Amino acid sequence: MADDKKRIDVPTGTETMGHEWDGIEELNTPLPRWWLWSFYATIVWGLAFMVFYPAWPMLSSATKGTLGWTSRGQLEQELAAEQAKKAPVLKALAATPIEQLPNNPALLQAAVEGGRAAFRVNCVACHGSGAAGAKGYPNLNDDDWLWGGDLKAIEYTITHGTRQPDHDATRFSQMPAFGRDGMLKGDEIHDVAAYVRTISHQQKADAAARRGGAVFAQNCASCHGAGGEGNRAVGAPRLTDAIWLYGGDAETIQATVTNSRFGVMPKWGGRLDPATIKMLAAYVHSLGGGEGAAPVETAAK
Amino acid sequence: MVSPSDLTGVTKPKSLYAKREPVFPKAVDGRFRRLKWAIMAITLTIYYVTPWLRWDRGAWAPDQAVLIDLAGRRFYMFGIEIWPHEFYYVAGLLIMAGVGLFLVTSAVGRAWCGYACPQTVWTDLFQHVDRLIDGDRNAQIRLQNAPWTASKIARRSLKYTVYLAISLATGGAWIFYFADAPTLARDFATGNAAFVAYATVAILTATTFLLAGFLREQVCIYMCPWPRIQTAMLDEKSLIVTYKDWRGEPRKRGTKKATLEDLKLGDCIDCNQCVAVCPTGIDIRNGPQVGCITCALCIDACDKVMAQVGRPRGLIDYATFEDAKAEKAGETPKPVLKTLLRPRTILYFALWAAIGLGMLFALGERTRLDISAQQQRNPVYVRLSDGTIRNAFTVKIRNMETRPRRFAIGLEGLSGATMWLETGARDRADRTVTAEVAPDALGKFRIFVIAPPGEETRDEFAFTVRALDPEGGSDSTKAVFERP
Repeated sequence: MADDKKRIDVPTGTETMGHEWDGIEELNTPLPRWWLWSFYATIVWGLAFMVFYPAWPMLSSATKGTLGWTSRGQLEQELAAEQAKKAPVLKALAATPIEQLPNNPALLQAAVEGGRAAFRVNCVACHGSGAAGAKGYPNLNDDDWLWGGDLKAIEYTITHGTRQPDHDATRFSQMPAFGRDGMLKGDEIHDVAAYVRTISHQQKADAAARRGGAVFAQNCASCHGAGGEGNRAVGAPRLTDAIWLYGGDAETIQATVTNSRFGVMPKWGGRLDPATIKMLAAYVHSLGGGEGAAPVETAAK
Repeated sequence: MVSPSDLTGVTKPKSLYAKREPVFPKAVDGRFRRLKWAIMAITLTIYYVTPWLRWDRGAWAPDQAVLIDLAGRRFYMFGIEIWPHEFYYVAGLLIMAGVGLFLVTSAVGRAWCGYACPQTVWTDLFQHVDRLIDGDRNAQIRLQNAPWTASKIARRSLKYTVYLAISLATGGAWIFYFADAPTLARDFATGNAAFVAYATVAILTATTFLLAGFLREQVCIYMCPWPRIQTAMLDEKSLIVTYKDWRGEPRKRGTKKATLEDLKLGDCIDCNQCVAVCPTGIDIRNGPQVGCITCALCIDACDKVMAQVGRPRGLIDYATFEDAKAEKAGETPKPVLKTLLRPRTILYFALWAAIGLGMLFALGERTRLDISAQQQRNPVYVRLSDGTIRNAFTVKIRNMETRPRRFAIGLEGLSGATMWLETGARDRADRTVTAEVAPDALGKFRIFVIAPPGEETRDEFAFTVRALDPEGGSDSTKAVFERP
């Protein structure tokens, strides 16, 4: 590959580079000059870029660039723009009482979408990412509501939580620990559990259940209703349906009666702004079990 | 051509960078020039006029015959409307264009480059502007070397103004493919069009001005990848512009007809007309080369000269290497049709036609109504108070007609099940629900389906959709109902 191998290629009249690979030689075809100029232009572009934008890494930062642009600044700008875009919706939400939300389908839709996002941030820890809940944490997809399932009731529950100490407006009730506090004896608890399983159609009535009926009427009916239909004013669950927060088997029911349950939910008023709480309520309401306030039906058109 | 004496000496020092040699192609007339005119007229007309053609699609869709609606994600082409999910038609067209290029190249060489390539068409147009303003080749060279007098400045200004006008029209026409042309034209003129419209026009005007006005053959030789690929596409059976050196050599300038036989000279009289007319400034007599776009203007020029000196035409001609060899050996070359029809071209054509027919068939068979259902997976099922099980589905209905339509969504299978739309109410749940979908739109509906608890954990069923209008139409999609 020495230079002395350079020669003129006969067919083209072009100088060769002096290299040869298995008889193949490279022609020294000059680059067009505009190409060279394009190359210089990219260098100028690069230098200008370094002047205008952050470029040179220093010890603990980088050169600032004369335009003052930063990626963080751009992000902040975009976030501000996003905030500005959402502002009218948030303002409208704040001004609309929640029970009137269904009258404005576009706003309701925006609220549901916003609620979906807020739910992921605040609620999934207990209620799960699909709002299906877990043992002790209500499934928000179903049609069973402890404290009421219309928009207003849901908003109230989210705002004030349940069984929050030192909060007057909170949803509060307390089931006695019938076993632990000695109000009912072991066989009475066994009987009342059998009775509850009967009225929820999980087993056929037997002697124990019949005895349990009397225990129920005396101890439980005041909150859970004479027929076990529940009472939303005190968050007493309906005992006749197929939905069990802690489980519907005899053992779990006996444990509940013995020790009682005291499910709590944080109060979100003060932690989240009212508009966000409305959005959360609208989202939870939209999951399929929301009660009342049936929105405009598209099929009615 | 280098004379052998150049080869003996020490190599001359050479710059790494070469200044562009300006090319001043001479005007020429002939059959290929006329073909080039015709193709230029057709292609430019198609390009500039197409966006202005109207096509009545009713009240709900644009009236532009060809429209690429990026914002609405629709592509309208006369009676055909392409949705994003039908993008395979566009992919098919691209494959057809690719295979078509292979077909043309293997059959007739770089015919695309010579006649239809936009770079060629606009360069040709600009070269004609040069001739109109500066005169033909010799006048252009004189003007190039002349000092900068007022007259030269005036001519140059006029020429660049015309360049700019054509470039502006070219860049301007492009944007009309992407929006309603009359509206956009008005908005553009009054300064109300989107920034992207102005930016696009500015960029395309600049590139047209630069590429067709100044870089010209440099694009073909240095920027375009296609000539490099073409070397692989051509073979000895491809029709390309060929100089028949066995007939032309040895060449002698100004040879008289009478002395031709005596001196055993070739037909080439070295008049250099083939070089003078070449838009890329090459000498075809050096054999096939990357700069040759096979526009065949040299054939026109040479044929004219051959007629003048009384020799048969075709010293430079479209010929295959095999033909050239046969002709040299005194045989008659194959007829053109036979050259074009050979296994390779037939295979390319078959492939090209198969894709085209397949797309036409698919276009004829496609429905304008489509339903799909996606089950909500989190949670998969919900147990309700009365013990029934509820599943949620997102049902999508594509209404590809350009009018609003009402549909009945029904359940097929899944006995005892009812459903309701998210916007409806459970107490009115039924086996069918109705929904309206806007024209040319995708309707998304969240549907709750409830069914009694059962033994089966998976129950297969189907959502059906039926159009509630005289034209009708229906579709269905499979789905699964899941239980604990």
